Amino acid sequence: MPVRVMIPSPLRPYAGKRDSAEFNARTVGEALGHLTTEFADLRKHLFTEDGKLRSFVNVYVNDEDIRYLAKENTPTKDGDTISIIPSIAGGGN
Amino acid sequence: MATTAQPQTGAKSAASLSNEEILRYSRHLIMPEVGMEGQLKLKNAKVLLIGTGGLGAPLGLYLAAAGVGRLGLVDFDVVDFTNLQRQVTFGTSDVGKPKSEAARARLANLNPDIQIQSFETQLTSANALELFKDFDVIVDGTDNFPTRYLVNDACVLLGKPNVYGSIFRFEGQATVFGMPGGPCYRCLYPEPPPPGLVPSCAEGGVLGVLPGIVGSIQAMETIKLILGRGENLVGRLLLFDALGMKFRELKLRKNLNCPVCGTHPTITKLIDYYEFCGVRGEEAPGLSVQVPEITPRELKARLDHGDDLFILDVREPHEYQICNLNGHLLPLGELTRRVHELDSSREIVAHCRSGKRSAEAVDFLRKAGFRKILNLKGGILAWSDEVDPSVPKY
Repeated sequence: MPVRVMIPSPLRPYAGKRDSAEFNARTVGEALGHLTTEFADLRKHLFTEDGKLRSFVNVYVNDEDIRYLAKENTPTKDGDTISIIPSIAGGGN
Repeated sequence: MATTAQPQTGAKSAASLSNEEILRYSRHLIMPEVGMEGQLKLKNAKVLLIGTGGLGAPLGLYLAAAGVGRLGLVDFDVVDFTNLQRQVTFGTSDVGKPKSEAARARLANLNPDIQIQSFETQLTSANALELFKDFDVIVDGTDNFPTRYLVNDACVLLGKPNVYGSIFRFEGQATVFGMPGGPCYRCLYPEPPPPGLVPSCAEGGVLGVLPGIVGSIQAMETIKLILGRGENLVGRLLLFDALGMKFRELKLRKNLNCPVCGTHPTITKLIDYYEFCGVRGEEAPGLSVQVPEITPRELKARLDHGDDLFILDVREPHEYQICNLNGHLLPLGELTRRVHELDSSREIVAHCRSGKRSAEAVDFLRKAGFRKILNLKGGILAWSDEVDPSVPKY
């Protein structure tokens, strides 16, 4: 059973309008690697040019922030949900 | 654990309600969770709303109706027609009026027993601390990153709760920052995205009901903070997906290395938030890329002259249905994959709604080897203003 990666709406135009995708992956980094291989346009939105996860994109495994786990090396197990949570600012005018 | 926002100024507290107030708040008073004690807390509370737009509308209406004794409304914007789809404080007759004043008038009509102050000003590093200091709770209902970081830092520096909400299309986020021991906005996002990478509501759209729901959650959290009742959202980021009609929550942790609320803060006073967010000028992010342009009038003259120009429309199909310039539709998000559809030997004019997405497209295509490519300056909006007013603006 694979892990599910949830794609937030600001990034869906770069992911074939999909809201989620499933991959076989042992770590968060592996899952995101599969995701950005399948949807190449997503890469620049998630990673800097030297391959680091961008600082305004937070990634969670289930309800835990990977910055407080093992970052991209955080292990995943079957059935886990990986959420990409970009900062959004809308609301006022 | 419930946490109470303590009134922070020495103003005299109201100790009782009038008979009219007792009648007005009767549905609160008969609940033990509010009662006379809670209603008096509301009456003595001072809440500052940053932004009176989409999130500010339900916030203002519910907090005024609930009897929050003093409401401050900060907004420098003016009501326009595109606001009315979601900013339910305003009516059609308010178009053209300053939002803070139109909202003040509406809320004063809703509840004449409370004090409402409108501040028709842009929140800046120069005025934020002075504005915030007389209020117990600050509610962030703004629409841009510089103001959100400014609100956060000012709240941390003053030790005030920051009731946060933000929205995009069908999704919303809400939490409470700035409580003792709790995380702040910078713990969640140390840095903003570069301008242009995350679309604003003006570019991405928003379903009108969404700010109503997220703003109502912020109003509920504000009232709970004042009453000291229930479990508030400190340490939890509530995510709302309106299309799936799902609520989820993620754990938020205080970052000990946070530059503003960590153990060794490097930000000890307010900074230049436009510079911090990479945005120059006023509230609208500037173009992130500089590309060759053509004005709508120049394009019209060249088309009239019979020049062979390929019009490339990089908007989405549903936008094409609203209005178009008979261009070839190829959405920006699909450009990388469908670039082979374009002929680099022809002269191309790319356009979108405002000229921003098409600037990205032109930048990409130039890097891909296209040499004869121009961006329509100001997009369809400028075309409507300068060439053909029969084209609707949206």
